[in-house]
Amino acid sequence: MKAVLILAMKGALARRGTLGLMLVSIALATALLLAVERIRHDARQSFVQSVSGVDLVVGPRGGAVPLLMHAVFRVGDASTGMRWESYRQIATHPAVDWALPLALGDSYRGFSVLGTTPDYFERFRYGDRQSLRLADGRPFTGLFEAVLGSEVAKRFGHRPGDRIALAHGSGHIEDGAKELAGPGHDNRPFTVVGILAPTGTPVDRSVHVSLESISALHVDWVGGAPAPGLSLPAAALSKFDLAPKEISAALVGLKRRADAFRMQRHVNELRDEPLMAVLPGIALDELWRTLGLMERTLFAVSALVVAVGLAGLAATMLAGLAERRRELAVLRALGAGPGALCLMLLAEGLFVTAAGALAGLVLLAAGSAAAAPWLLDQFGIVLGQRWPSVNELALVGAIIGTGLIASLIPGWRAWRMSLADGLTPRT
Amino acid sequence: MADAAPGRSDRNMAPAGNGAAIRIADLAFRWPRQPAPCLEIGEFAVAAGERVFLHGPSGSGKSTLLGLIGGVALPERGRIEVLGNDLGRLSGRRRDRLRADHVGFLFQQFNLLPWLSALDNVLLPTTFSALRKARAAVERSPREEAERLLGRLDLAAADWHRPAGMLSIGQQQRVAAARALIGRPEIIVADEPTSALDAERQQLFVDLLLQEAAAGGTALVFVSHDHRLAAHFDRTVELAAINRAAETGAAA
Ligand SMILES: Nc1ncnc2c1ncn2[C@@H]1O[C@H](COP(=O)(O)OP(=O)(O)OP(=O)(O)O)[C@@H](O)[C@H]1O
Ligand SMILES: [Mg+2]
Repeated sequence: MKAVLILAMKGALARRGTLGLMLVSIALATALLLAVERIRHDARQSFVQSVSGVDLVVGPRGGAVPLLMHAVFRVGDASTGMRWESYRQIATHPAVDWALPLALGDSYRGFSVLGTTPDYFERFRYGDRQSLRLADGRPFTGLFEAVLGSEVAKRFGHRPGDRIALAHGSGHIEDGAKELAGPGHDNRPFTVVGILAPTGTPVDRSVHVSLESISALHVDWVGGAPAPGLSLPAAALSKFDLAPKEISAALVGLKRRADAFRMQRHVNELRDEPLMAVLPGIALDELWRTLGLMERTLFAVSALVVAVGLAGLAATMLAGLAERRRELAVLRALGAGPGALCLMLLAEGLFVTAAGALAGLVLLAAGSAAAAPWLLDQFGIVLGQRWPSVNELALVGAIIGTGLIASLIPGWRAWRMSLADGLTPRT
Repeated sequence: MADAAPGRSDRNMAPAGNGAAIRIADLAFRWPRQPAPCLEIGEFAVAAGERVFLHGPSGSGKSTLLGLIGGVALPERGRIEVLGNDLGRLSGRRRDRLRADHVGFLFQQFNLLPWLSALDNVLLPTTFSALRKARAAVERSPREEAERLLGRLDLAAADWHRPAGMLSIGQQQRVAAARALIGRPEIIVADEPTSALDAERQQLFVDLLLQEAAAGGTALVFVSHDHRLAAHFDRTVELAAINRAAETGAAA
């Protein structure tokens, strides 16, 4: 038995061309399947990370998912906002621990600008109720001061003291963003005063400024565009009332999480303005439900790709058997039983599948390292660099198991062949 | 199973010592889905060390008989004893074991694993049978024994390490002969091993095979259509003479 298995290894090595191709196709299929699974998992993980510290998201009435996407993930645009008075009313509610106003709409070279209060740096919670940490500098205190998320700072190499110009609207193009992102605020440069430590959430991709700065940016604007021929010197701005009048949404942390539903009802029933409060977890569940079909389809397609790869392996081995019929007879004459010959093919199939699946894991690691920045950039998905999860290992195990089952077919053929041929193969 | 101790396989299937390497009695064999038996042999025996030339027309069942002797197929009826072991009473594994330990095979063509070197091909029986490995190592290491045999069969040392598939047919046949001989099996079964060789090489090859078989005390059953080769054998047997199935004309 051992002799046959050693021979099987040597034989496989001799046919490394064909088997290598099979190995590559299995590796690619495995990597694809695992990538789909990993992106699905990590997408959920990073979404959950971003909102897990927030008990309620409050904003203008509409869809729960769009509000969450806009307020937390800075995706999409909100057509309306909420009044500052409504925000104050909610923020001062006795059940509320902290509330943070969010004013969105401007951008800096493709990254969104978030107008908020300095409280943001103290109160905002993400992940496992972690708070933000400044890697460098200090929070903003005055007008035209900005605190950059780690990604923004890293991308453009910004350090405290740098001056940056924001743009109106959300530009999605990096450097040439100004033209596409609408008219600029070039006349009102901001000074970078702080840089946040990485969080793995959309905070990393935000530029944080005060609400007053946002107001100041727009004082000489009329209806979404700079008023022609009117450009106020910065000093003159203090004459204006820069107190915020409208914000996009608010994040709320409660003293007791158990109050979430009660508080939600309270917000939903406010008379003065049609607002709504969303429990992020529930909104995310809704999102997953919508995405679920797509996820399952993707998973099914990649599982099919794996199945095709393994069927290819079985077919290649079967085709190879015709050529190896004489070899089987030689081994039989040497004393190998039909069982040993069957085992030899099983071992070969198992070896190719296992090696292919492991190569797929390596490919996945390399691929995710290469694709991680892009995924983060485009979708805000933080793709973890880590050892395969139990889930992924189970998938790999399933692939190897299926490969073994697939090689039962050539194994069984070899068995039959060696019995039918005896010592003189019919070719 | 390849590493079973020689002692064990010897105890289970030791030569009976009655002098017969092969003894066939009252045998009938029919291929699946064939209307009539292909072989019906009342009595046939090969003594230990005896060299038998077996011939008969194509399709008469010579290769089938060799397969039965190898224990690869089982007869419908009758006994085949190899070295005193009744094959019908052995399990499939035991028959495989017996073949690995005591029988060397040599075919017309395609005897070798083409991707293994000539030397490794010769050594194959020693990896499948601990007994043959032990016997090959009596005077020298199995590897040296393989080299000796290849030298005896006139294969240039330069070719020993080439993949067998790269050798000429004649060279391959000599490698196959060395493989059948290594570890001194009690029986060598050769099925038209010379038909791919030219006449001159045929004679040389048979002489060498006979010499080495004699040196090892090996019984040889040699199937060929070429009667010129028969002269050097102890005995010539025509299959039709021992096979009653041939008389009825039902073969094939
Ligand atoms: N594996 C097999 N399955 C079914 N029938 C077979 C098989 N091998 C041989 N036969 C049949 O058995 C008969 C004898 O065949 P065998 O190969 O033993 O003849 P042979 O004497 O060796 O012929 P040749 O001299 O041409 O090699 C033939 O009629 C053949 O069709
Ligand atoms: Mg034949």
